Amino acid sequence: MSTAATGAAGAGRRAGDEPVLDVRGLHVRTRHTELLSDVDLTIRRGERVGLIGESGSGKSLTALAVLGLLGEGLTATGGVHLAGHEGNLLERSEGGLARIRGDDMAMVFQEPMTALNPTMRVGAQVAEAMTVHGSASRSQARRRAVDLLDQVGLPDPEHAARAYPHQLSGGQRQRVVAAIALANDPVLLVCDEPTTALDVTVQALVLDLIVTGVQSRDAALLFITHDLAVVATVCERVLVMYGGRIVEAGPVGQVFTDPRHQYTAGLLAASDLTAAGARRERSALPTIPGTVPPAGRFPDGCVFRNRCPAATGQCATRPPWTPRGDHGAGETASGYACFYPAGGELR
Amino acid sequence: MSEAGSPAGMMPSTPVVGTGRRHLNPSLFVGGGLVLLVVAMALVSYVWTPYPPMRVLGTEAYQTPNADFWLGTDRFRRDVLSQILVGARTTLYVGVVAVGVAALVGVPLGILAAMSGGWLGQTVMRANDILLAFPALLLAIMFAALYGGSTQVAMIAIGIATIPSFARITRSGALGVMSTDYVTAARAAGHGPFAIALRHVLPNVAGLVIVQASVAFAIAILAEAALAYLGLGTPTGQASWGRMLYEAQSTLRSAPHLVLVPGAAIALAVLGFNLFGDGLRDYLDPKLERR
Repeated sequence: MSTAATGAAGAGRRAGDEPVLDVRGLHVRTRHTELLSDVDLTIRRGERVGLIGESGSGKSLTALAVLGLLGEGLTATGGVHLAGHEGNLLERSEGGLARIRGDDMAMVFQEPMTALNPTMRVGAQVAEAMTVHGSASRSQARRRAVDLLDQVGLPDPEHAARAYPHQLSGGQRQRVVAAIALANDPVLLVCDEPTTALDVTVQALVLDLIVTGVQSRDAALLFITHDLAVVATVCERVLVMYGGRIVEAGPVGQVFTDPRHQYTAGLLAASDLTAAGARRERSALPTIPGTVPPAGRFPDGCVFRNRCPAATGQCATRPPWTPRGDHGAGETASGYACFYPAGGELR
Repeated sequence: MSEAGSPAGMMPSTPVVGTGRRHLNPSLFVGGGLVLLVVAMALVSYVWTPYPPMRVLGTEAYQTPNADFWLGTDRFRRDVLSQILVGARTTLYVGVVAVGVAALVGVPLGILAAMSGGWLGQTVMRANDILLAFPALLLAIMFAALYGGSTQVAMIAIGIATIPSFARITRSGALGVMSTDYVTAARAAGHGPFAIALRHVLPNVAGLVIVQASVAFAIAILAEAALAYLGLGTPTGQASWGRMLYEAQSTLRSAPHLVLVPGAAIALAVLGFNLFGDGLRDYLDPKLERR
């Protein structure tokens, strides 16, 4: 948890920094249901922020909304601001967004097997990421593509650049995807479960290259995962998402050792393998009762109240955000939305 | 496989730059052979035919195949083999132009419909459905009535009638490609719609289009023959397999070889392009096991 400690210590020093990504009151809805509700998040230069939650909690949707890649039939409202670009990204045209995407903000996708065009050599795909934004001429881009493939640790990059995606393994492809994302030195890198589809042995390598890539560019990282261990190794700060809302946020060490929101507490208890191993008999791991409701069927007020052990009638109204500590990135950077917080004097 | 040739490292069994050969299936082989035969006949006809194909020769009509006239002579005392060779040109010419017209219009329309969606995509596809309601032959007869019967009119009409099948198959393929991660990834990398259409969608539907082209080629050959047989396509005085059938129909019983020879030529060419298309589909299908 040393990263969290330095993150908290560094908070004061960086307090004056302009946020790289500033999302305010982001809502995403279909015609009938609201999928994301009032999502606030801020990431400062060089900060690595994790976004965790169960499947269907809205993590990927948040990322897609930030990049303006929502599918047909989904509309986003609210504010998304990226450092160095005037105005609200949500109000930009597709063409205006295309100029920023892949240049100042880039994304690494979950599935390396399908994120590359099967009919193009990978070197050409990396080079194209640069030529499309005019950051390099064709021949420069080719040379830099090989350099980038070398940076992300592909052995014999000259040779690998001439390979087609199907000739590479999953881990190698994910490195290529990372190389494409880092090609134009983005100020914001969004990773959507970049290691979920990979072997455990390759995961650490890919995580390492993402963190190194982000650190060397002093870029902001938004890292989406459901793997708490990965968040703990990669991120300084974590946002916990449930039912399309951010229910808790804070430095990784604080949230993981002393959670306040009942959902976070349940999530951590369910993945606490040391406690499970300490029990002598084989017993079921603690679980959160119930399942995530389908989109649009979440209860009013606190979205978690139908599964929450501490819920009362009060939870039918929406719990306000309670800031916790004094985080440099503002009050939404650390806090929780719960009437009956776990831990503290209420335990 | 040397180590240097394998930057994979983690997967030494698979070379990074593939040298693995794909399995040539029998239909690709036989179909390809027949297609090559037709092409060869057309090419040979430019440099050599046993006799001038349309010249009335000083010999007897209705000869059965013999040493002088390998496939016999027709009722106008012309050499059948020479006509078959030159007729292969017409057949290929019609196929290439008809498929070319259909693909050049149909493929962009299909990609446009898939990528734009909304009212534009709907309009394109509904217009397509209307065109699809006209059988190729009927459209060609209509064109022949309007512009006169000629090979050019026939093949353009066949081409227009084939547009919908290209637009449809391209759209369905493109819809699949549009929902893939690499297109989302390309958008995330800042590629515009035109670049995505050209660099990502088109190459990935090319296999489908090539297979469709091969099948459409067979249909075009058949349609041209049918039109010529009806007397609406290639006019008298030009070699065409369909035309030969048309001229032989009154002597079906007395000189059956005059029907059998061009009939067999048409059947083999159509079979060839169909088999070739089938074989190509299997060959290009990434889902099939590569050996």
